[in-house]
Amino acid sequence: MTLTKDESGREGADDKGDGGHGDAGPGGEAEAYVPSRRRIDREAYERARSRRATAIAALSTLVTGVVLYLVVVNAPGWPRTKETFFSGQYAREALPKVLEGLWLNVRLLLVCGAAVLVLGMLIAVARTLRGPVFFPLRVLAAAYTDFFRGLPLIINLMIVVLGVPALRLQGVTVDPVLLGGTALTLTYSAYVAEVFRAGIESVHPSQRAAARSLGLNNRQALRYVVLPQAVRRQVPPLLNDLVSLQKDTGLVSIGGAIDAVRAADIIVGRSLNYTPYIVAGLVFVALTIPMTRFTDWVTARMDRKRAQGGSL
Amino acid sequence: MSDEPVLRMESVRKTFGGSVVLRDVDLEVAPHTVTALIGASGSGKSTLLRCANLLEDIDDGAIWLDDEEITDPRVDQDAVRRRIGVVFQAYNLFPHMTVLENITLAPRRVHGVARAEAEARARELLERLGLGGRAGEYPDRLSGGQQQRVAIVRALAVRPRLLLLDEITAALDPELVGEVLTVVRDLKDDGMTMVLATHEMGFAREVADQVCFLDGGVVLERGSAEQVFGDPQQERTQRFLRRIVEAGRL
Repeated sequence: MTLTKDESGREGADDKGDGGHGDAGPGGEAEAYVPSRRRIDREAYERARSRRATAIAALSTLVTGVVLYLVVVNAPGWPRTKETFFSGQYAREALPKVLEGLWLNVRLLLVCGAAVLVLGMLIAVARTLRGPVFFPLRVLAAAYTDFFRGLPLIINLMIVVLGVPALRLQGVTVDPVLLGGTALTLTYSAYVAEVFRAGIESVHPSQRAAARSLGLNNRQALRYVVLPQAVRRQVPPLLNDLVSLQKDTGLVSIGGAIDAVRAADIIVGRSLNYTPYIVAGLVFVALTIPMTRFTDWVTARMDRKRAQGGSL
Repeated sequence: MSDEPVLRMESVRKTFGGSVVLRDVDLEVAPHTVTALIGASGSGKSTLLRCANLLEDIDDGAIWLDDEEITDPRVDQDAVRRRIGVVFQAYNLFPHMTVLENITLAPRRVHGVARAEAEARARELLERLGLGGRAGEYPDRLSGGQQQRVAIVRALAVRPRLLLLDEITAALDPELVGEVLTVVRDLKDDGMTMVLATHEMGFAREVADQVCFLDGGVVLERGSAEQVFGDPQQERTQRFLRRIVEAGRL
């Protein structure tokens, strides 16, 4: 039969995995093995080649760096630019204020991030519900994602942060941080809902069929079989959205809240020196790098797991 | 126990889009018997099994499980599926769960069995099927034959009234087929009622009490294994079996 070829490939991989895992394997072979001349030559050649590649990479990096440095430093406006954007004095002055502002960004990220994950999941699940009872819920969830994915975040923020206080409603907050956080949550929930939904749809229908054939109802199949797999698969894009949210927390400053960007802005307005912006930018980058590295690590780990066997 | 059929199908019709897969299928499966469905690829064997488990809605006809018409729209489909075990060609194990979790999911979540009890039964079944040491492994660490045996254990863990086996050896390497078929043989000896779609004619001949040859959306020929394989009446059955023999598979 034609499918045996494909199958034997997988079996081979499995066997290898088993052997490495601790099964004794064909005994005694390891001690008797002496690398052949061919293998020694091959490995020597590969080592030489990798040394050469490292040398070339180092040289190329050096040349690129020097060229960039010369171009920037020899630019006609460099002395002035250096003073306006890279002033050590203003950097020292700005850093504590920027960090103080950053604390607000971090808090917003944590609270909005959690809210976004919960709301996004609820919306995604609402869109997959079947049955006539859930029709309005499905429509509502679809309309929500369509609307808030399309609406520019900045306009959403202005409507919520400036518009809601203008209504002068009793008992409704006018705190720009709370309102800004609400606006961020509204928009990002729509993005994250779509990420979750894509994950749910990426789980092969045979998994749901297997769950249903065991007698699990629709809700149980979703909860125990589909969602765990969907969430696992979507971790990288979810982290991506969280990094993006982290940067966008700066936008709450349009309501007057003082975050890292706004803190820099205040100093710039007073001094007409742009160094604080550079400081704020670098601080955000420093905050993002661990998160992107974490994303990469999670992705790589999951790819490795899938490469190991992944029968689906 | 009465001799009322466990599964009965009457004039079942199933179409996908424009193509008629099951035209008019009648089937009766007596308790503690094995029914083998044979026929060319696309003859509707798998569809018939999916209909029996209500994974597909039928267009016409009716299906009974122990006197209850399960195709009645008022029937609780989940309750019906709880009484039927299914093993799929592609195993369909849950990749994010260990072997033990795969097996105990339905007993615990659907049947409300306590965890310790569910796990004890799972381990007992695994032991019986030669998978004693595998309870903590994830499915992708197992060979195809082992995965399929786990899938069988998963189906058995809820003590089904009827077991449906859908080409369970078709995705396996030839040397792994035997270990799975041995399990089916043992289940037959235990008195499990089974319907299996298969291309393993030698096995069908050996294990089946009833053989049904599907062709053109109907059960064209049925009888004991002896009758259908030894003395087929229909010309199309004869031709099908001749092709199988020529391919060296009987």
